[in-house]
Amino acid sequence: MSSNLDQLYRRVIMDHYKNPRNKGSIEDGALTIDMNNPTCGDRIHLTLQVEDGKIQNAKFDGEGCSISMASASMMTQAVKGKTVEEALQLSSTFSEMMLGKDYDDSIELEDIESLSGVSQFPARIKCATLAWKAMEKGVSLDKD
Amino acid sequence: MLNTKEIRSYFPILDQEINGHPLVYLDNGATSQKPRQVIEAIKKYYEFENSNVHRGVHTLGNRATDSYEGAREKVRKFMNAKSTKEVIFTRGTTTAINMVAQSYGLANLKEGDEIVITHMEHHSNIIPWQQLAKRTGAVLKYIDLEADGTLSLEKVRETITNQTKIVSIVYVSNVLGTMNPIKEITQIAHEHGAVMVVDGAQAAPHLKLDVQALDCDFLAFSGHKMCGPTGIGVLYGKEALLEKMEPIEFGGEMIDFVGLYDSTWKELPWKFEGGTPIIAGAIGLGAAIDFLEEIGLDEIEQHEHELAAYAMQKMSAIDGLTIYGPTDPAKRAGIVTFNLDDVHPHDVATVLDMSGIAVRAGHHCAQPLMKWLQCVATARASFYIYNSEEDIDSLVTGLVSAKEYFNDVF
Repeated sequence: MSSNLDQLYRRVIMDHYKNPRNKGSIEDGALTIDMNNPTCGDRIHLTLQVEDGKIQNAKFDGEGCSISMASASMMTQAVKGKTVEEALQLSSTFSEMMLGKDYDDSIELEDIESLSGVSQFPARIKCATLAWKAMEKGVSLDKD
Repeated sequence: MLNTKEIRSYFPILDQEINGHPLVYLDNGATSQKPRQVIEAIKKYYEFENSNVHRGVHTLGNRATDSYEGAREKVRKFMNAKSTKEVIFTRGTTTAINMVAQSYGLANLKEGDEIVITHMEHHSNIIPWQQLAKRTGAVLKYIDLEADGTLSLEKVRETITNQTKIVSIVYVSNVLGTMNPIKEITQIAHEHGAVMVVDGAQAAPHLKLDVQALDCDFLAFSGHKMCGPTGIGVLYGKEALLEKMEPIEFGGEMIDFVGLYDSTWKELPWKFEGGTPIIAGAIGLGAAIDFLEEIGLDEIEQHEHELAAYAMQKMSAIDGLTIYGPTDPAKRAGIVTFNLDDVHPHDVATVLDMSGIAVRAGHHCAQPLMKWLQCVATARASFYIYNSEEDIDSLVTGLVSAKEYFNDVF
């Protein structure tokens, strides 16, 4: 049993789950996005501080399974300091990874790479993509 | 205990491996599996009888009509309705409750009237009433639950008033497993002149229904949770109420005379069955009823109480496992909802799935109840006639290894 599960629950995922990075909320003037996964109840409250096309800060709060919360933690870590364009590029690479497609490996994925095993568990893909969808929605609010 | 070995042999789907382990199906609250008898009945209909009902002069048309109306009689007997006029085939429980809300509700409720439900309802017994309240200006009220997830008749009495027009309550909770005192609640509703609607989705598969003994005004259930096919359900209504109610779907099959600008309806129950009905579904449901009655509904209820008691005893021995709902197994059906400390229910469900064990994880279409339980999500094991104590042993082993796995990862 555990060899299959080890593909899903890698150590670095569990570390992000137990010790989430960027947990909390940015108070002033931040873009705020609330999103949930209505089929299972996972919920994310994401705040982004975007200045001059760059994500200066990102924080999240929420409730959900290890995959959804670890993914949110990794996402905030990855997009901080990136331009909106770079963040969206990263998000589309992540989507391809979730669909089990060949993805652009020229981009430095770091911890995010550890989520690649989720593509083998179709029921869990939505858990992993929730935070990324919230981020995409957030930066689109900035354009309006 | 039922002879689960024999019963299992009727269910082709159970004879397979999932992720390298024999399938242990414990998600019966979501939907039950289908025995060969039901699959064969549907097959027989399509291979020998398929035709539209109530219109053919030809032989097949008569065969189809006889089978379809024969199924209605089986349903009548199954829930002890007085007449087949009180048995309306619907798409499922959700459709049936919506029919009551949109037909009876819109015609009879006005601003200031009250609709009373509880905190343990499935979304299908919440949202139709929210919508009815918004459209009519009626007030939606909730009966609070006791700490153990049961209803007290005292609180029922406090909540139902002379302004209450509709009381709609789940017979067996799909999350807590609680069996509610519907007969007593119906009596209280009637004392205040309200009609009583019963969500029977989790009751019909598991215990002997008797709408006359309950004296409820409406009762809804689905075929697919009781060994029948998806897409078929039943609305029971007292004849006198149904007689006064208007259909909510208009078209073929439900009409008597059609003029250019006005039409009249068929008599009960057909006026509520617009369009070509769910013929194969109803026949499948009839076969499911035959199958369950052969086993015996009282025996099924007893089997599930025993499984629930066994599961609760074994599961509560797991350190860090919380079980929700009544602690007395006699007060609950074969549904055990739980959480394992520090392991999210989705993760629990994935780990169990790797051992071939199917459980549900999530909010179980009962978000207000999750809020009441102060949980975002829970895991649920729900049992049926083919489940045995060995299945529960497998569940417990799976849960222990899930716990160990997640402890080891750190």
